Amino acid sequence: MTGTVDFAREAPGDEGSALIDVMPDVAARSPFQLFWRRLRTDRVALAAAALIVLLVLMAICAPLIVKLVGARPPNQQSDKYFSLGKVGVPSPTGPSSKNLFGVDPLGRDLFSRVVYGARVSLEIALAATALSVAIGLVVGLFAGYFRGWVDTVLSRLVDVLLAFPILLLGIGIASACSLGHGCLGGLIKPGLGVVILVISFVNWTYIARIVRGQVLSLREREFVEAARSLGASHMRIMFREILPNLVAPLIVYATLIIPQNILFEAALSFLGVGVQPPDPSWGKMIADATDVFDTAWWYMVFPGAALLLTVLAFNLLGDGLQDAINPRASRS
Amino acid sequence: MIRYIVRRLLWMVVLLFLVSAITFLIFYALPSADPAVLRAGRQPNTQLIAHIRHQLGLDRPWYVQYWHYIKRLVLHFDFGYSYQNLISVRRQIFERLPATISLTLGAAVLWIVVGMAVGTISAVYRGRLVDRVAMTGALVGISAPVYLLGLVGLYFFANDTGKIHVFPGSGSYTGLTVNPVKWFTSLLLPWIVLATTQAAIYARLLRANLIDTLSEDYIRTARAKGLSEPRVVIVHGVRSAITPVVTAAGLDVGILLGGAILTETVFNIPGVGHLAYESIKNSDLPMIQGTVLLGAFFIILLNLVVDVLYAFIDPRVRYA
Repeated sequence: MTGTVDFAREAPGDEGSALIDVMPDVAARSPFQLFWRRLRTDRVALAAAALIVLLVLMAICAPLIVKLVGARPPNQQSDKYFSLGKVGVPSPTGPSSKNLFGVDPLGRDLFSRVVYGARVSLEIALAATALSVAIGLVVGLFAGYFRGWVDTVLSRLVDVLLAFPILLLGIGIASACSLGHGCLGGLIKPGLGVVILVISFVNWTYIARIVRGQVLSLREREFVEAARSLGASHMRIMFREILPNLVAPLIVYATLIIPQNILFEAALSFLGVGVQPPDPSWGKMIADATDVFDTAWWYMVFPGAALLLTVLAFNLLGDGLQDAINPRASRS
Repeated sequence: MIRYIVRRLLWMVVLLFLVSAITFLIFYALPSADPAVLRAGRQPNTQLIAHIRHQLGLDRPWYVQYWHYIKRLVLHFDFGYSYQNLISVRRQIFERLPATISLTLGAAVLWIVVGMAVGTISAVYRGRLVDRVAMTGALVGISAPVYLLGLVGLYFFANDTGKIHVFPGSGSYTGLTVNPVKWFTSLLLPWIVLATTQAAIYARLLRANLIDTLSEDYIRTARAKGLSEPRVVIVHGVRSAITPVVTAAGLDVGILLGGAILTETVFNIPGVGHLAYESIKNSDLPMIQGTVLLGAFFIILLNLVVDVLYAFIDPRVRYA
């Protein structure tokens, strides 16, 4: 099993090397190299990737950025930034040099809330994606590899969960665990963790289905048979032989569900059962902006634009990755 | 075919039982609030709470409660009574259903027509300016949350809060039987908003499939026979590329019929989604059960409808 035979190098001086000399540029490319060459020419995907890197940096360096701009911390309330509106009702002030994105109805600086919101949003979306991929991967591997009753039980479980109205289920669990003292007798405490768990719980079924399908065909391939005849254990075959073949499709799929998870978190927060105040969440900000949006447009526009741009960037990158891995279904 | 449908319907009953049992367990284990305390009003005392708890049957173990629930459901099609206002769950759901059905079906017609038209044009003119503009728009469409689009729509076009007074604003929903004209105008903006996000998905889906299909040999044969280009694209191309679109439409309509929570919330439409959301906030278990079961019913039913439709769309599909 060690080392693949390289014909060109094994047979120096014969006709084979003469052929190589005639075509010096031909070299075998690994699937990854091919993938990378295709992706490199996709300017849109690269721009999206750059935007995502910027967003991640912004999320990591949120305190630094807020300090550099000279904005107030995200949760600091103030009653200094209000102007009297037409009907004499105090309304928050709009964008100015002091508050780049204006202030919200509690007098908090919207710029720092939007920047910190990236942190919350990405943290939840990435963690939920990783968790649901991990669960879906293990369930799919077991169902597809062992088949028989293991597959029947796991697949029927997935069927039942897929029959649920997922947003409703998500709201139900999230509201039980996010409000008050948490759920399961205080085992799960309110916080970002709850939102991550809810999203993963709802999402892993799709991944399990995809992985199962792939494993069903991979387990019949020769390399699996070879490993089995060498006496490899089930665990070794599943995780060392089959798993590496699933990495590429899973990465593509993960990039495509990250934006879905960002939207899911925003939706839960919009409905008031996701991220809890005072933590800044774009979805929650949009919900709060609903009441004042005719007087304070900035409260809806900046969090909304941030959410839209982030989701868009991930969708663009996901499209690009998919094209690069599967050029037949190319977009152009 | 008939045997297949019967088998699927039986499996549907089993699935609904499992869904109801899981819902019961989840919300029994994780109530968001004590329903008895909520019922007791502003000045609850322990005696009153205990009394209410007994009245609602909450002092019995969960399997007894579940057994009573299922018995009433199967024998009398009775979903029980809301903890919140003691009104029949069935009545409340059926009162709310027309709004959700109006919203979903109206939007579905719009998004399927627009999505398929855009997808077809994009596939035929792939790589050209029309295609690029359409696909960029579609990408923005799938990236925008529906409530954001709804709020933006209201900001610009609502006749109370908007800049240009075009559509009735949030909370203007009127029943079809009350006033058909007002029903139509009040739902126009919600339809457009909901359909926008969905149409984007359908346009991308159909375009990708149609591009694949149009490169098949039989399409070249059809062209060689001298068929007109519209006939080749629509009769030979779209008809074969439509299968995944039907699947997606079935799933989406099924999910939305169980409650278009976000759209209903933004536009304040008194539909099932709104009802479900309120009942979760109030820990109103019978109502949650009812709405979750309704949602699951629609999802499973539409899945079956899609599978049966396949047999009509694609002559190669046969069920035994």
